[in-house]
Order: sequence, then structure tokens, then C-alpha cells
Amino acid sequence: MGAIYKRELKAFFMSPTAYIFLAVFYIISGFYFVNVNIMGATTDMSYVFSGVFTIMMILLPLLTMRLFSEEKKQKTDQCLLTAPVGLMEIVMGKFLAALTVFLVAMAIYIPYILVLVKLAGGIARASVIGNLVGLLLLGAAFISIGTFISSLTELQIVAAILSIIVNFVLYMIDVMAANVSWEPLRKVMVSVGFYNRYTEFTQGILNITSIVFFISAIFVFNFLTVRVLEKRRWG
Amino acid sequence: MIEVKNLTKHYGSKKAVNDLSFTVQDGEILGFLGPNGAGKSTTMNILTGYISATDGQALINGIDILDDPIAAKKDIGYLPEQPPLYLDMTVKEYLNFIYDLKKCKIPRQAHIEDVCKLVKITDVYDRVIKHLSKGYKQRVGMAQALINNPKILILDEPTVGLDPKQILDIRNLIKRLGKKHTVILSSHILSEIQAVCDRIVIINGGVIVADDTTENLTNMTMGERSFTARIDGPREEVIKVIKTIPGVENVTAEMEREPGIYDFEIEAEEQSDIRRDLFRRMADRNWCILGLRSNAMTLEDIFLKITMGDDVTIKKKAEPGKPVDDDMRRSLLEQISGAAVAADIVVQSKRAAAEAEPEAEEDDNAIETDGEENEGGEE
Repeated sequence: MGAIYKRELKAFFMSPTAYIFLAVFYIISGFYFVNVNIMGATTDMSYVFSGVFTIMMILLPLLTMRLFSEEKKQKTDQCLLTAPVGLMEIVMGKFLAALTVFLVAMAIYIPYILVLVKLAGGIARASVIGNLVGLLLLGAAFISIGTFISSLTELQIVAAILSIIVNFVLYMIDVMAANVSWEPLRKVMVSVGFYNRYTEFTQGILNITSIVFFISAIFVFNFLTVRVLEKRRWG
Repeated sequence: MIEVKNLTKHYGSKKAVNDLSFTVQDGEILGFLGPNGAGKSTTMNILTGYISATDGQALINGIDILDDPIAAKKDIGYLPEQPPLYLDMTVKEYLNFIYDLKKCKIPRQAHIEDVCKLVKITDVYDRVIKHLSKGYKQRVGMAQALINNPKILILDEPTVGLDPKQILDIRNLIKRLGKKHTVILSSHILSEIQAVCDRIVIINGGVIVADDTTENLTNMTMGERSFTARIDGPREEVIKVIKTIPGVENVTAEMEREPGIYDFEIEAEEQSDIRRDLFRRMADRNWCILGLRSNAMTLEDIFLKITMGDDVTIKKKAEPGKPVDDDMRRSLLEQISGAAVAADIVVQSKRAAAEAEPEAEEDDNAIETDGEENEGGEE
């Protein structure tokens, strides 16, 4: 797993992918931070988080689209799949590499928080922690979804577009549920939706079931990726 | 040791590999020969665990590749048809990644250096793989397979894209590796297999059609004899006279090499040497023999015969080591390229016929009645 993780991480930073991702992430969050917090002289960071959040649904698929589709296209997957490593190791190596780039992006919040603490003497701790945890979990879930979709196709662009669509659907599904009159379907839609659970975090509530939900989602999609790789051998 | 037992692989309804069984002993170099699309790469992909067989078993040193893939893969170095290279990495980064990926325990620096020296890529060690020539890429792929010193090497067309000097180098390398490793080598280039391998498995349409030592297969060539004679004389009469020579089975003269002068292809019985008789009879009639050569049957001919079935006779043969003129080369090339296609068609049609015999009969009837109807309509 270590070898794959290291190679993936290097590949992110050898190509423009990671730099574009980080630049856009920093610019958007910086824009909200400067305009809302510094100019508006407030310690309410919710805009800095929510502003980034929508962008993230589009940006993370750009990070994950390459992971498996490119391997298949260049036939380098023959190298990975005939090496003495397990499929889960391969998937986790790639997932963790993308997650690391995301964490590097998220690290920008540390200076923001420090600046606010320095200038204003304190921040709304619960809300900031809730937002951070929510964003991290949601991002990790999007990454595992993107990784999974990338394993389905040889074309990066298809992987990216599909991932963006799936992210939006999962995010919006519990909002759409309001319009569904058939009770069982509505219940299912609400329970798999990301939106309500995420907004709960942003209000500073660390709901244990929601944390478990996101972590399960990450595992389910990584597991599905393993299944796709396994299935392909039998194709 | 590699044991393959009744290996079968379906892609949908197409059987890529059908009931393949063979064994490769330790220290043996096995040549895997077949026209394009015969199932060579499929078999190799199954042996290395890249794809799974529909049926049957592949044992690597006694371990089933499906039961314990990680243990089995540890002993295998694989060079696929297209080397699995990460183009953005340098050779150094790539080989170090492979070293980590294979969880290699041999001292890193020395081992990677050794492998690079072995396949002669030390001079491009710090270059980005993307910018390397095809020959170098192929050798980096070879290096990748050699990392961690696997006991078994599976090489899918390892000399594709190399220049003649590099081909010789790689062949010598494989020969040397064959002393300590078990090697399976696939190719559709026969001379290569002949030069390197101890044993040859010829596969066509997913089925083994020959499995023997290189020596035995080459000995098969000794039985039949054929000669090409360029004779200055009246074509029809020359054929008649040659046919009277004891031992001659067939004579054809289709190639007019110079105005009025033909090349006569003479097929003779086994073990019979007609050259002296031929000379005397021609001399009696004052027809000059301008050239005469005996055509040894090459492995190429055997291959064509085997993959095309026995009903195909090979008209022209090139003698190894002798220059072949353009016409000859062209016709030979046509035969070889045609053979692969023809062989596939023969196998497919045979199989289709075997599978759908009753249906085929019905179809025949249907066509016949159709035909009658059409005729009626025309009238």
C-alpha cells in the first residue's frame, strides 16, 4: 500500500492536478475569508466553509478521475494487478493519496483560525469544529465515490462528469425527498442524503450516527471499487 | 514450475482459450507460439493472475493463482505485451516504485543497478520514460519484470520494437536467465523461439496444436524434400521429363524468372535425392540448369502447416541464410499473414460446423428453397 500511496501522491504533484486543485481551493476560501471575516470584521466562519463546500463537489472529482481510469487506459493496471499486493491495498493506497491532497487543502483553515484568534481573541469553537469535521467527512466520502467511478471507465472526463453528477444527487437527494409522496421511498432518500447530515455538522452538532454514516459510506465505496477490480478479472 | 490444467477462458460466447494443458519445468524455456489472436496473451494474463480463467487451474510452484494470488505472484515476473510503464516517471523512480510494490528484500541500490546493467538501461536511468525510444521502453519493462529476482519469468513478445542488435541482446539475456529461471516466452516470430527455447508449444484458436522440443519439431522438417531448379528449356516438356525421374511427386513451374526461363518447383519423396538424375536428363536434352537448390523445410513451414491444417501445401520455401528475392519474399509474407487469418477462419468454421450441425442443415435447405423461389420469380 505504501508504494502505491507514495507513487500516487507524487503523480498528483508532478502533474498540474494537485496545484490547480489547491490553488482554486485556496483562492475561494481566501476570497470568503478576506471579504467576510477580515473586511466584515466577524469571527463567523460559516461562509468560508459553505463557500468552499459547493466548489468541492466539482473539484474532488478532478482529483479522483485519474486514479483508476488512467491505469486501465495505459495498461499500467497490469503491473499493479500482477504484483503481490491485495486489491484493498491498491484501492486504499490511491484513496489515501487523494485524501492527503484534500487534507493539504483543508490545512489552509489553520492559519485562518489562528489569524481570527489573534485579531478577535476567540472564535465560535463548536461551529468551527463542526464545520471542519463535516467538511472532512464529506470530502472523504466524495473521494471514495470518485475513486469508485474512476474504476468503472477508461475515460477520465467521463469519470469526472459522472462523479460530479453522483455527488450532486447524493447531496441533494434528501432535499428532493420533500417532493416524494410515497413514504418508503422518501424515507430511503432522506436516510442516504448527505445534505441534512452535513448541515447538522455546520451547526456545531457532532452527531455520532452521522459520523458513522459518512465513514460507512467511505468503506462501502472503497469496497465497491475492490469488487469492480475483482469483477474485471472475470470479464 | 508452472502447471496449467484444462485452462479455458470465455469472452462472452467466444472461447479465447480452450482446454489448455501444459507443464513447464524449472529451468526450462518454453516458447509460446501462435498467430495473432491465438490466445497467447490471454493465457499469460491468466498465469499472472491479471485475469481469471473461466475453468481450469493454473499452478505456480504448486500454488493455485486463484487460491493464494499474493503468494503465487511473488514468484512471477511479468512483461505484458504493452510494458506497464508510468510515462511521467523517470526510470529510477519507476524501478524504485516496482521495488516497493513487490516488497523486495534484496538490498535496493545494488539490486536495481544490477537489473539495469543486465538489460542495459543504465545510461537512461535518470530520464523520463515518456521520452525514451520504444526499444528502451521495452527494456525498462523487462527490468520491471526482473526486479525481486522472480523464479518464473513470463514474457509476452519481449523483442517487439527492438532493433536487430537489441533483439540479439535480449535473446542472449533470456537464454542466460533461463539457466536459473523458468521462462515462458511468447512470440509470433519463429526464428526467435527456435533460437531461444528448449520447448515449443504452438497454439492456434485457443487450442494447443503442437507441444514438443525444438529439436523434435525441427526434425519433423527433415522428412519432406523439395527443390527449386531454374532451367532454360521448353516449359511443358521440361515438366514432363522431370516427372519421369524416380522419386519425383510433383512439379510446377509458375515463376518466369527470365524471359522464357522458369523456376521449377519439384517435390520429391522422402529421403530421395533427385539432383543427379535431374542433371543428366537435362544435359541429355541440352537444357541448361541455371540454378538448383534444395529447400529445407523451416519451422516457419511447420508452423504454417500446423496452423492451417494439413490440406494446405506450401508452395515456396525460403532457405534459411540464403537471400530471398523480392517476389519470393512478398509471396512468403502473403502466405504468413494470410495463414493467420486463414487458420482462424478454418478453426472457426470447423467449430461452428461442429456446434451447429443440425441447424446448418436446416439453413442449407432454407437457402436451397430460397434459390428455387428466386429462379421461379425470374422466369
